[in-house]
Amino acid sequence: MYDMKALYEANTVEEAVKLRMEHPEAQIIAGGSDVLIQMREGKRAGKELISIYMIDEMRGVKLDEEEAIRIGSLTSFSHITKDPIIQEYINVLGEAVDMVGGPQIRNIATIGGNTCNGVTSADSASTLFAWDAVIELTGPEGIRRIPISDFYIKAGTVDIREGELQTAVIIPKNSYEGYKGHYIKYANRNAMDIATTGCSVNVKLSEDKKTIEDIRIAFGVAGPIPMRTKSAELLAKGQPVSKELAEAFGKEILEDINPRDSWRASKDFRKHIAVEMATRCFIESVKLSGGEI
Amino acid sequence: MPAQYKLVKCTINGKYTETMVDVRASLTDLLRDDYRLTSVKKGCEVGECGACNVIIDHECFNSCIYLAVWADGKSITTLESLMGPNGELSDIQQAFIDEAAVQCGFCTPGFIMSAVEILESGKEYTRDELRKLMSGHLCRCTGYENILNAVEKTMLRRLGKLPS
Repeated sequence: MYDMKALYEANTVEEAVKLRMEHPEAQIIAGGSDVLIQMREGKRAGKELISIYMIDEMRGVKLDEEEAIRIGSLTSFSHITKDPIIQEYINVLGEAVDMVGGPQIRNIATIGGNTCNGVTSADSASTLFAWDAVIELTGPEGIRRIPISDFYIKAGTVDIREGELQTAVIIPKNSYEGYKGHYIKYANRNAMDIATTGCSVNVKLSEDKKTIEDIRIAFGVAGPIPMRTKSAELLAKGQPVSKELAEAFGKEILEDINPRDSWRASKDFRKHIAVEMATRCFIESVKLSGGEI
Repeated sequence: MPAQYKLVKCTINGKYTETMVDVRASLTDLLRDDYRLTSVKKGCEVGECGACNVIIDHECFNSCIYLAVWADGKSITTLESLMGPNGELSDIQQAFIDEAAVQCGFCTPGFIMSAVEILESGKEYTRDELRKLMSGHLCRCTGYENILNAVEKTMLRRLGKLPS
């Protein structure tokens, strides 16, 4: 038995918005792999919950009319990894979420929950930052779409307003077309562990595969919320592909990251691995794009 | 606040059921307390150890962090479903015995249900892939190797690549 005060169940997005307005104090629960554990620990004990888990219209991946990749917020990690659209256009996201927890967790945990809880270590978040994802929120006034970088406000806090719930994560066509990416999770175990640091890079090469036309890089656990390291992006953009560039790109991330000491790892260790992760992600992304390095 | 109940209609081990459940209950509570399916263990109760693992609509879930009300409309299978008509063990259960993959036995039902999902896919996996697919379970006795041997051998036997 969970120590909850009441459970309100929504079967449609409309019902969920209505319940959010009626019970502003209630916590939304999607797959529950964060919320139920916090309730068990006592952090959310005695609270009211609004369950959105049964809203099937919020599941699945599809290409919308503008060919943007639309991922319903309740899509589980294992379904994202197995999805043919994800595999074709943004395979790195499927790979990143395949490193979360263990198999049973990946069957229940949702991409919406992973982003809405606002933690910096979320394996999906750094990759979504790196792909310039757009977050779709549905509320009493209709639909609101914001860049993921605006969605995260501070550690544990995201921009979900009164009556709203996150309904989709969208990757626009100009964000993914022509890009290939790679994610590295550094953790102490291969399964059931939280990232010490995570790094996601994607690149778009010139037609002859010799120049970095565009590059994007984001980190998890390099600051209080997931972040892009724009200095490194600026350094590499427009430059010819080389091993030296990969190394310079790696070092440049130190201009922007701000990790902290925690029981998981020290600040210095995180900085050290972050440079190496950026370099390796750069090299791997270039190779995936057909470049030589 | 008065207790809140909901009628949950689901299929458990092939049998259609209707149960009035307390909304605060986990699926582990429902399976153990209402149906006496005690292969579903209460271990960590925070989704880490895998002892409460069951199959819901062909995918494995830790039933301790799955609300009982979410079972509505679903088909759930537990280890008890593997028993033959005269109490026989299934091939994967026998393999766990043959390979000494069971010591205290607390983690075993959870592991076996993950193995069932893997075996039902009909695919052949490498040892490393199996290790990843079974990584949502903790076993403090066996050191995992014998468990992996049992799953790997059963997989190969079902694929006709190892004599039964």
